[in-house]
Amino acid sequence: MFYRETGQYKTNYGADEQIFPIRQDRIGVMIILAFAYLAVPFIGDDYWFSAILIPFLILSLAAIGLNLLTGYAGQLSLGSAGFMAVGAFAAYNFMLRIEGMPFLLGFILAGLSAAAVGIVFGLPSLRVKGFYLAAATLASQFFIEWVLTKFPWFTNNSASGVITAQKMVLFGYAFDTPMSRYLLTLVIVTLLALAAKNLVRTRTGRDWMAIRDMDVAAEVIGIPMLKTKLLAFAISSFYLGVAGALWAYCYLGTVEPQAFELTRSMQLLFMIIIGGMGTIVGAFFGAAFIVLLPIFLNLFTSTIFAGQVDPGMLSHLEQLVFGGMIIFFLIVEPLGLARLWQLGKQKLRLWPFPH
Amino acid sequence: MAESRHLGDIILKVDHISLSFGGVNALADISFQVRKGEILAIIGPNGAGKSSMLNVINGVYHPQKGTVTYKGETRHHMPPHRAAELGIGRTFQNIALFKGMSVLDNIKTGRSLKIKSNFLMNALWFGPARREELEHRQKVEEIIDFLRLEDIRRTPVGMLPYGLQKRVELGRALAAEPELLLLDEPMAGMNIEEKQAMCRFALDVNDEFGTTVVLIEHDMGVVMDISDRVVVLDYGKKIADGTPDEVRQNPEVINAYLGVSH
Amino acid sequence: MLFFIEVLIGGLLAGVMYSLVAMGFVLIYKASGVLNFAQGSMVLFAALSFVSILAMGAPFWLALVLTLAIMVLLGVVIEKVVLRRLVNQPQITLFMATIGLSILIEGLGQMIWGSQVHGLDLGINDIPFNFYGVFISQFDLFAAGCAAVLVAGLSLFFHKTKIGRALRAVADDHQAAMSVGIPLKHVWAVVWAAAGFVALVAGLLWGSRLGVQFALTLVVLKALPVLILGGFTSIPGAIIGGLIIGATEKLAEVYIGPYFGGGIENWFPYVLALAFLLIRPDGLFGEKHIERV
Repeated sequence: MFYRETGQYKTNYGADEQIFPIRQDRIGVMIILAFAYLAVPFIGDDYWFSAILIPFLILSLAAIGLNLLTGYAGQLSLGSAGFMAVGAFAAYNFMLRIEGMPFLLGFILAGLSAAAVGIVFGLPSLRVKGFYLAAATLASQFFIEWVLTKFPWFTNNSASGVITAQKMVLFGYAFDTPMSRYLLTLVIVTLLALAAKNLVRTRTGRDWMAIRDMDVAAEVIGIPMLKTKLLAFAISSFYLGVAGALWAYCYLGTVEPQAFELTRSMQLLFMIIIGGMGTIVGAFFGAAFIVLLPIFLNLFTSTIFAGQVDPGMLSHLEQLVFGGMIIFFLIVEPLGLARLWQLGKQKLRLWPFPH
Repeated sequence: MAESRHLGDIILKVDHISLSFGGVNALADISFQVRKGEILAIIGPNGAGKSSMLNVINGVYHPQKGTVTYKGETRHHMPPHRAAELGIGRTFQNIALFKGMSVLDNIKTGRSLKIKSNFLMNALWFGPARREELEHRQKVEEIIDFLRLEDIRRTPVGMLPYGLQKRVELGRALAAEPELLLLDEPMAGMNIEEKQAMCRFALDVNDEFGTTVVLIEHDMGVVMDISDRVVVLDYGKKIADGTPDEVRQNPEVINAYLGVSH
Repeated sequence: MLFFIEVLIGGLLAGVMYSLVAMGFVLIYKASGVLNFAQGSMVLFAALSFVSILAMGAPFWLALVLTLAIMVLLGVVIEKVVLRRLVNQPQITLFMATIGLSILIEGLGQMIWGSQVHGLDLGINDIPFNFYGVFISQFDLFAAGCAAVLVAGLSLFFHKTKIGRALRAVADDHQAAMSVGIPLKHVWAVVWAAAGFVALVAGLLWGSRLGVQFALTLVVLKALPVLILGGFTSIPGAIIGGLIIGATEKLAEVYIGPYFGGGIENWFPYVLALAFLLIRPDGLFGEKHIERV
């Protein structure tokens, strides 16, 4: 009864072109944001911040980045973690080599570096499509990994290849507690998620979707293939780059190129398939799923088998569940959890009537 | 009715176009002209090269020989998005809508060319991007009104029946405010009411906005009714070119086309 | 010069090993138009099953037969549970489904058979023998022989049997093939079973080379550039692609690698394949298609 749009008349197109045209959605989002900003910092503990909330937020951001490219622009990428690596190591080197570089500027430069690399590796997309392109993105994954491992300059000659993130200080305030890092991550993710939502509901996003759905028709109505595809690669890589920098600075603190292996790229792809291709909210669902599933499985199996579960077994079980979920969603609901969410809302809109 | 209308200068000229795919000749030495404000029909049996002809005009296919002159500019080779920038709109034989998007978004996409704000402004939303989006929403709504698509504007196009999809595709082409509109079998597979509605739209577009229309159509009744001039293709060759009456009486046409299929 | 030839031959023979994996891809791609990312996991699964059955005390031939039965069963189940439900979906959806399949099989295999590294000895000496001053690995020669037998067998299968011809029709168009009465499910099941067999052969050879372990799934990454080069639909393409990749990869590693600090074999084949792709978008032997609108 309370989720209804009856009575909300829009008298101009401005009202209809808002991010959330339905009032209850706007209120819902406000409540979630208020909770995340005002309540969570007080009720959460260090374990929640460091082990669950921060990785969840960063993975959501990375998934948004991949979703812009794969879900919206239709270019399947298997190398997204490579761009996260570019972001992490670019941020490190900018802050290391430029005296007094503010860390936020470092993050932005990290994103821009990743975007530049993304454009280069996006070039093959002009000639090749589908899984030929997917194979091409694998090249970027391996190449970036190789460069970061082979050239010690990138790790400042660290013998183990591990870099340690510098301190993050803003106007004399150091982000050194898990709670402060959570809030920092939250601000960045909120802003970038909002920007992504704006991108996909305006011309930029429509052009991407047009190319995804029918590229010949898109070109015929005047959408330049080259520019649009490369823009998708650039913006997607920017998001991934910032996410990579956050991964190093706000989550792990120390990071090596192996943190951004092919497995991570695959994980991001799974997130957007399970969460929902071509939706922003789906990235959050997918990330939550991937962060929470292992914790849940651990809890579940240890209750059933009374703590006698071998961790190797657990990780195989995890693979089994992920694989199964991916196949399940592709067959039953290709738009993922986001679509289920939408269907739920639709039902709620009519509730208590069946139709 | 057709004879009474004043026709302008030549807007499109096709000269000696030859196109082949790996030895199969799709088009052989085709030439014809289209005048501004005219409705020209291209007819011919299946496989006559009609769709290929449209594909050559807006740059989807590149002919081996010949040139296309559009608004005084002669070209051998033109990328499709350039054709769109120059004001050539197009619908497809097998609907080529963006299936994952709503009717509204499909038609909005047709206006992409006219939208100036870049991705940074888009990401910010407030300011120029918002202003422009609303301005273009207004235009898109005019098209939606014109084509009577009001109650389905939020529906994903994949869920619409065939006839409506064709109409949405016309809407998307019109959104770009084209000077030359290429319609590839806009009425194929439609029932009589849908055909009438589609005819009405084509004539209205031609009448109200002065848009030049080149269409491919199989329904002879429709062709004879609405077109000013008819070009007949058969096996990639042009066998006739003239007013509907002239074409109807052309013995070669009767032999190749009308006589056989009717 | 002698050294160059040795590297070249070593590369060519390594290439044969890549071709072995690539062939499994081609089989499935031909029949269902899907790039089966799970091929690597199938290689692992086959090898794991084989060594585990062997470890239970079964003789070699019995283990082989049982593993083959398991692989055929796996193929049939995949077809029934996954592929049949995705008929006429976009290729990219099918591809992503096989990625899901690949981690599922990986997890399943290691859950059933455990994840410790097993050795596998096929009883072939890996002592290089001297051929006019060039040292050649016996094992590699044996692998090349296996590949040759497989290729010959598969070619016969494709061109001489009824099901092979049906398969080529299915590859062209699912619905059209069904409408002329080709039993799609049947054909797919056979092909997945055949791919399982190829995976078994690849699994045994690769397994005895690297040890039977998780890393076997990564051979899929070696096969991809081979496929790009050779085209997804051609068995000879897979062979020649494998040879080219194997040879250039080894030569590059030896002659160019030192300038970059080595380790370039992970990405070099991809760059090579991509460069080639820009010139010939359909691969060496891929079928060209014209986009119609």
